[in-house]
Amino acid sequence: MTASASRSFTIPRFKLPGFVAAIGGRMPQWPHALALSTALNAAIKMKLLPQDSLELLEGRRFLVDVLDTGGHACFTYRGGIFRPLFMRIDAVDLAAFDLVFSANLSAFLQLIARQEDPDTLFFNRELSIEGDTELGLVVKNMLDAIDWPKLPHLPGFASSSH
Amino acid sequence: MQPHKLPELVCPAGSLPALRAAVDHGADAVYFGYKNDTNARNFAGLNFDHKAMVEGIRYAHAKGKRVLMAINTFPQPGREADWHAAVDGAADLGADAVILADVGLLDYASRKHPQLRLHLSVQGSATSYEAVNFAQREFGVQRAVLPRVLTLAQVEQVIKNTTVEIEVFGFGSLCVMNEGRCWLSSYATGESPNTVGACSPAKFVKWEKARGQMSTRLNGILIDRYGDSEAAGYPTLCKGRFEVGGATYYALEEPTSLNVLEILPDIVKIGVAAIKVEGRQRSPTYVAQVTRTLRAALDELGRDIAHFAVKPAWQAELAKVSEGVQATLGAYNRPWR
Ligand code: SF4
Repeated sequence: MTASASRSFTIPRFKLPGFVAAIGGRMPQWPHALALSTALNAAIKMKLLPQDSLELLEGRRFLVDVLDTGGHACFTYRGGIFRPLFMRIDAVDLAAFDLVFSANLSAFLQLIARQEDPDTLFFNRELSIEGDTELGLVVKNMLDAIDWPKLPHLPGFASSSH
Repeated sequence: MQPHKLPELVCPAGSLPALRAAVDHGADAVYFGYKNDTNARNFAGLNFDHKAMVEGIRYAHAKGKRVLMAINTFPQPGREADWHAAVDGAADLGADAVILADVGLLDYASRKHPQLRLHLSVQGSATSYEAVNFAQREFGVQRAVLPRVLTLAQVEQVIKNTTVEIEVFGFGSLCVMNEGRCWLSSYATGESPNTVGACSPAKFVKWEKARGQMSTRLNGILIDRYGDSEAAGYPTLCKGRFEVGGATYYALEEPTSLNVLEILPDIVKIGVAAIKVEGRQRSPTYVAQVTRTLRAALDELGRDIAHFAVKPAWQAELAKVSEGVQATLGAYNRPWR
């Protein structure tokens, strides 16, 4: 096993300075939603997302709020695909969403890279989940269950005997 | 000094990637359950369907690891067939053992599948060697998972008086009363681990954020309120802060995690057969982090038990993933009996 390759890269915990959010909040937001929807739809195509979980997302509205960049992604899942929701971000009303994830960029990156566990980030107050808690659990467990062709292998402490 | 046999490291898997993470990072065995209420982590989107089970068992067995299937809730009246089907499924799939709590189900499994290895779940609440030996005599149980309410001396007492293998919890969120006897969740929501396979089901949970604080409600009942920099815990009644006699505090239990690294040598010396990690609801990342840490500690211990010292890096890794602000030895070192 080539442990060395996976040992190289860890995402540090960081928070971008406040002015980034001030600028980011004024940028058009739909590209984030588009990128995210495209990625999720690719995962569906690769059959990485379980159908029974996807069905529970039908017609629900999601907001991913990146606090320190001021970026938002609003999207929904309808008729088998994820679709961005086009809305003016200064008019975003949390109550209009079924589920809202908010965190700083570093926490989202750590989540995506499977470097940190969502519950860990939640306990440490780096990730917040509002709205329909059960829907949140469905999404969290669905992302956890994605069987990427190759999982990052965490380095061991001892010189790897396994 | 005679060498001690290292306990088996038993790790949780709520998904296929978590199972692989456990196997790849040094677990000797993994435990998992079906996507239904036959196991005590019946959370939306979690657990294994048939296809995932087949692949999980194949993967673990190919690497020489064992797979234990948790069917550790109590069959509900009129639906016993669902639990029987789960046991039959485990036998068909070639699971190395099933983890059961209900005596009726133990009876069914021992008659229908005499070859199937039976473990008594922590939910079975066997806290004495009499209870453990009863399960052995009646159903041929080969291993018992002890509830997290015993001191180390009490665990030793059980081990000395039984030939059943003894498994104890080594790491994870503490659920002090989750030994098949807690009904707090039912009190608040009408659903509890023993009945639907989940404590404080998510559909009853609300996290409410306001300026500078977050409130947690379970079916409308305020469980806790956190300042922005305060660590949060799972939304269970047992870990809430309540007003009692004019003071507001953790009236039942503080949100803590169990961590036995410090007493690992003692656990090995008294002859514990297996150490279990809690957390099938957690992600593959958690499973990898905790498994590799305990593996490193056990291996170190295997090399030289007399000079075993807990490494700060291990504690740091475990502290990071813990629920609550502190890790404890739980009941293991409590003075009370
Ligand atoms: S309320 Fe607490 S002690 Fe009871 S089952 Fe739930 S987590 Fe365990």
